[in-house]
Amino acid sequence: MLDILNILLSDSFWAASLRIATPLIFGVLGALLCEKSGVLNLGIEGIFVTGAMVGWMAVWLGLGLWGGVLAAAVAGAAFGLLHAILTVPLGLSQHVSGLGVTMFATSLSYFTYRTALPAVSSPPKIEPFRALDIPVLSDLPFLGPVLFQQTAFTWLALLMVLLVWYVLNRTPLGVALQAVGDNPDSVDAQGLSVYGLRIGAVVAGSALMALGGAFLTMSAFDSFFFGMVNGRGWICIALVIFASWRPGKALFGALLFGAFDALQVRLQTEVGAVVPSQVFLAGPYVLSIVALVIAARRADYPRALLTPWFKGQR
Amino acid sequence: MIRIEPRPATSTAFKLGLPILSAVIAILGAAIPLAFAGADILTAYGEMVKGVFGSLFAFSEMLTRATPLIFTGLAAALAFRARLWNIGAEGQLYLGAMAAVAIGAGAIEAPGYILLPLIIMLGCAAGAAGMVVPTMLKTRFGADEVVTTLLLNFIILIFLQYMLEGPLKDPYGLGWPQSAPILDEGVLPTLMARMRVHSGLIIALVAAAVAQVMLSHSVWGFKLRAVGENAPAARHAGIGVNRSLLSVAIVSGGLAGLAGVSEVAGLKGYLTADLSPGFGYTGIVVAMLAGLSPMGVVVAALFIASVFVGADSMSRSMGVSSYLADLIVSMSLLCVLVGGFFARFRITRTGSSASKTGEA
Repeated sequence: MLDILNILLSDSFWAASLRIATPLIFGVLGALLCEKSGVLNLGIEGIFVTGAMVGWMAVWLGLGLWGGVLAAAVAGAAFGLLHAILTVPLGLSQHVSGLGVTMFATSLSYFTYRTALPAVSSPPKIEPFRALDIPVLSDLPFLGPVLFQQTAFTWLALLMVLLVWYVLNRTPLGVALQAVGDNPDSVDAQGLSVYGLRIGAVVAGSALMALGGAFLTMSAFDSFFFGMVNGRGWICIALVIFASWRPGKALFGALLFGAFDALQVRLQTEVGAVVPSQVFLAGPYVLSIVALVIAARRADYPRALLTPWFKGQR
Repeated sequence: MIRIEPRPATSTAFKLGLPILSAVIAILGAAIPLAFAGADILTAYGEMVKGVFGSLFAFSEMLTRATPLIFTGLAAALAFRARLWNIGAEGQLYLGAMAAVAIGAGAIEAPGYILLPLIIMLGCAAGAAGMVVPTMLKTRFGADEVVTTLLLNFIILIFLQYMLEGPLKDPYGLGWPQSAPILDEGVLPTLMARMRVHSGLIIALVAAAVAQVMLSHSVWGFKLRAVGENAPAARHAGIGVNRSLLSVAIVSGGLAGLAGVSEVAGLKGYLTADLSPGFGYTGIVVAMLAGLSPMGVVVAALFIASVFVGADSMSRSMGVSSYLADLIVSMSLLCVLVGGFFARFRITRTGSSASKTGEA
């Protein structure tokens, strides 16, 4: 017990929690934006892969770290546009389209990586984002290591939480976006474009998802390898429901998740001899299902989620 | 001004032509990544065709590859008919395979006519259990089965690693994480000498035929379709929706479990963590190409298997990444999805003068 307390009080534990949470913050925010507008985006898993691959490759080709971030976002937006066209004006099954986008984005990313780098035995590395070193702040006890020695990419994620919260709750655009996910007819009656709002939300949300993937190759690690996303996208879909589609709670959910993951890695070294390591490996996925089951009963789904809307058809 | 209006009826020719057209477009679309990879396109297509039809062995390899896809395609098609989104066939496949080696790799010794049916039934039951859990979470707690089945795939794969390093590990396996081989009595016999195609294919074809009859001509199939088309209306008509969902979950999971049994008892002989290169996920594409019809699944599985075997063979001889096959498969899914739009709606041009107000 004392060991767990020691872990929970250490700054390295909380720093790791925020680091592990960062890709999830991007992913949950992205999924939240899409779903708020009424579109489930199961393309998330593939868009994570694309973000990871494109971001890494852009840096490897010499576009610089922020060039990589931009490239990943654009690639994510492109797959988001594909999903949006299929599900919004064409009104096709959001489930099947999302899975199709995941398969397409994943295989295209893998194919491109393999074609660009045939037969590399160990994946080439890039110089990833470095931990910030802010005078005074980074040297603060506890807060310094936890908050101010993260990379700029993590700060971008935190900034995005604020931005998404602000847009959704404090701007006319946000009001329209929430309305289009609840009652598209009312939005249409006001002369706003249902298609435009939904497509825009899915494209922007997908760009955010891709940043989650890019964080993996450009900040958490320094190279791209197959299978590295490993279900993180699906976990985000569960976390959105847990967060009841609210950016603040999404941040909380992702941090809780990051903390649990950081804890299990540390516990694994403590009790690894007694408990098989697979118990810890399965932890995040089990936790996601548990969170989903707890949240599902009182989940307040956007009312028009999964329902296609056609202009001039009531 | 362009207007979208529902088609009054979709002709049979359209329904049949749609997946074929989608498949053709996806294959032709592969020319772009092929060109990108610097391959000679015509030679590449030639190699792909040769890889499937070039020899009896190549053709039997294609049938071998189609076998698990028929099972997972059926698993997806039946579940999707009831609007039960089983995306967990990959995990259920491994549950079936684990059950098969748990009972068939020396746990009991029995003649083939006892051991083989036992392996098949247990594998079925394990796969079914893997789908019953998320279905109960859906009907009792409202937990979305898409997310739970997807996450369960990862949990089951981790459980598999544990089993292959622990209880199921082959003591004579030189330390590799693999199970002991299935006893000779428990092996599904091959169909042709010196070929790998095995009697799992026969079971798959029988399963498809039974599924087709049950879906089209039984009360069970009627209820399942009613639940899928309009669950509230079905409930109103006195159909036990939850019971219907649970029964289709058992069948769907059981079929996915059979895919694992067939791979391990018919092809590999023992279980490793790379038994399936995503057969569960590919089954979704198979089901969609088949228009969720069980007999259509057989045709679609043969097509998808041809893509994989043909592209694999081409990539070996020409040095193009074998991810090309996955690319073609995902493109054919997107194409058939878009095609579904044109089956349900038609786009008409309305007079430009009347459309200015946007009234429809």
